[in-house]
Amino acid sequence: MGFRVQVFARRGGDGALIELIDISKAYPGSDVPAVRALSLTVSDGEFLVLVGDSGSGKTTTLNMINRLIEPSAGTIRIDGEDALTSDPVRLRRRMGYVFQGAGLFPHMTVAENVAVTPRLLGWAKDAIETRVDELLNLVRLAPAEYRARLPRELSGGQQQRVALARALAARPKIMLMDEPFGALDPLIRDDLADEYRQIHDTLGLTTIFVTHDMTEAMLHGDRIAVMHDGALVQIGTPNELLASPADDFVRALVETPKKRARRLTEVLGTEP
Amino acid sequence: MSDIAEAWSYLPLYLSSHVLLSASALLLGLLLSLPLAILATRYRWLGGAVLGFAGIVQTIPSLALLALFYPVLLVISNFTQDVFGFGFRALGFLPALLALTLYSMLPVLRNTVTALANVDRGVKMAARGVGMTPAQSLRLVELPLAAPVIMAGIRTAAVWVIGTATLATPVGQTSLGNFIFTGLQIENWVFVTFGVLSAAALALAIDRLLALAEAGLALRSNPRIVAALAGLAIVVGASLYPMLASAGHPIVIGAKNFDEQYILGRLIANRLDAAGLHTTERDDLGSSVIFRALAAGDVDVYVDYTGTLWTNAMKRTDAPGRAAVIAEIADWVKKTYGVRDLGTLGFENAYALAMRKEKADALHIRTLADLAAHARELRIGGDFEIFSRPEWKAVMRAYGMRFGVRRQYQPNLMYAALMSGDVDVITAFSSDGRIAQYGLTVLTDPRGALPPYDAILLISPAHANDTKLIDALKPLIGRIDLKTMQQANLMVDRTDDKQSPAQAARWIESRITR
Repeated sequence: MGFRVQVFARRGGDGALIELIDISKAYPGSDVPAVRALSLTVSDGEFLVLVGDSGSGKTTTLNMINRLIEPSAGTIRIDGEDALTSDPVRLRRRMGYVFQGAGLFPHMTVAENVAVTPRLLGWAKDAIETRVDELLNLVRLAPAEYRARLPRELSGGQQQRVALARALAARPKIMLMDEPFGALDPLIRDDLADEYRQIHDTLGLTTIFVTHDMTEAMLHGDRIAVMHDGALVQIGTPNELLASPADDFVRALVETPKKRARRLTEVLGTEP
Repeated sequence: MSDIAEAWSYLPLYLSSHVLLSASALLLGLLLSLPLAILATRYRWLGGAVLGFAGIVQTIPSLALLALFYPVLLVISNFTQDVFGFGFRALGFLPALLALTLYSMLPVLRNTVTALANVDRGVKMAARGVGMTPAQSLRLVELPLAAPVIMAGIRTAAVWVIGTATLATPVGQTSLGNFIFTGLQIENWVFVTFGVLSAAALALAIDRLLALAEAGLALRSNPRIVAALAGLAIVVGASLYPMLASAGHPIVIGAKNFDEQYILGRLIANRLDAAGLHTTERDDLGSSVIFRALAAGDVDVYVDYTGTLWTNAMKRTDAPGRAAVIAEIADWVKKTYGVRDLGTLGFENAYALAMRKEKADALHIRTLADLAAHARELRIGGDFEIFSRPEWKAVMRAYGMRFGVRRQYQPNLMYAALMSGDVDVITAFSSDGRIAQYGLTVLTDPRGALPPYDAILLISPAHANDTKLIDALKPLIGRIDLKTMQQANLMVDRTDDKQSPAQAARWIESRITR
């Protein structure tokens, strides 16, 4: 399934690209902080999956990295630079962001949606057109057929592909993904997740991927960070988590995929 | 000239004034409402305040809102005159523009605030996520998505403004309402219908064009938007053409809101037009408004009555006799305002109390003193201003009169009310042809409580020495006697063989020149 796309890969190094140091978020009017003194380091080229039950603070954590949500306390460094004192708009233009439900601009065509960030950055017109075709090919939407369509003329999976292309448009190093495929039906969801992992590798991206689907997390994550009640409980490779879960919550969580596979075999095994 | 042909001849002027007023009010309203609505989505307290205020404005009856701006502007104008040495016209375009602007704001504000608030949260989040500044998000995402709903608000506002602009006529701004107000006054239903239909047709045309623009925005169809804009430009441009073609400062001929005034207004207009002067007419002005308008230069020429100025403008209560009143007024208007009194036309149009002959005979009423004895059991009908005028208070005081029931009518309907028995006494005008037509008994005033009401021709300070204008009007002085005026008034008022004010004016002209 070779991609016809030029590879803009930077070989993933081991240096820390994203550093969260003691960040907290307390919403006004709420006694319990959404995120408590969380510290986390993501290396260049890494695919980190953030998992946790709902309300554990994983989306809040992700949104603090591109400052869609401002942290109440703590420090964030991107590529060694203090993210909290730099211009949040410039920061966001350097990161790709995809979330559940796509959030495409309904009044813009597919091509205009994909071109949004390069246009904001003032790219030349032909450079933008070339880039749009490149990206549509990358996400497997034939440019000739899809460029001029409006989002409402696309299926859910196709919309999410366009959202992915839009996020990748300005060649970001970092991709923030908040349950990007959560609303899609399972077949398409697995395909897209697989494809994205390949794009991540080919383009040498650094991805933070939020999900509550443990199978997805175990299949694609280089490392998995488990959150519970606004705190980071454990971080490690899938195997490390399986081998030595920090507590019962982590154990229950990482064992779900295996448990479900076992039950499936049992059920199917009893059938004639 | 038939009524329809006459109405057609006024259409270019009325329509262009109407379109200019409506378009200006709508544009000004948009310039105010759109930024306010955008700010209101950022600051919630402002949204509540602005929508609340616009809602209150909407509950003020539109005619009252228009009327309110005149005194307010007059006070401001006098203030700026005193303090900074310049004033502005408080009558006509400005009060109408401001009132209609306020009126146009609510639908635009409400739709814009709602539409911006209803833009999908995910889309707004995506706009921030791709790196748009708040201003870029507004311009590139939120406003384009809200545009169809905002456009629907603009449509509502446009239809309201075009309809309400017909009410600008009584504050001295010419509009399609001139057909309606004048037609109502002279019971010319062709005029009224013409006014209503032309205003409705204009509103409908603009509404359809804006609907096309709305659909264009919703479907992102540029041809539709271009077609709609072109259509709007054509309608507005074609309507304004007659006005642009006759640019310059026309001489404004004022008229109060009754038939005699329309006739005299047309008579003056014909003479000035014949002298090659460019004129425009401003009808349906109130008694006290019209004199102030003349003094301020908003009106250049009109006919007033000595008694009205004596009691209302000069606040006099004494009665030095007819000739002295005429002389003192000419002197006073010149000294106080620089207004030129060209002289009397030759007839008097006095306020006079009149009754049906049978009723007067039955109660043996001949004079106001006789009437005072029965006033408590009687019902009186008057026009809209008489009961608040000083002359009325003087009569009440002089004869110790109090009526049991008091009703107010359009002057024309007052006669119908008297004849149908809804009222027993009316405040008639002595030059009204219907007094003779209905054989009414006019009560005499033995105590001289009412002043004389000789018709006089007044010229604004700016034209006080305009020889061309004065030479054109001089021949009217002393040439219109009471019989001529009564006959002309009857031509317009009667139900059979009804004539228009323009026809009656030509008839007077033919009698003068003969």
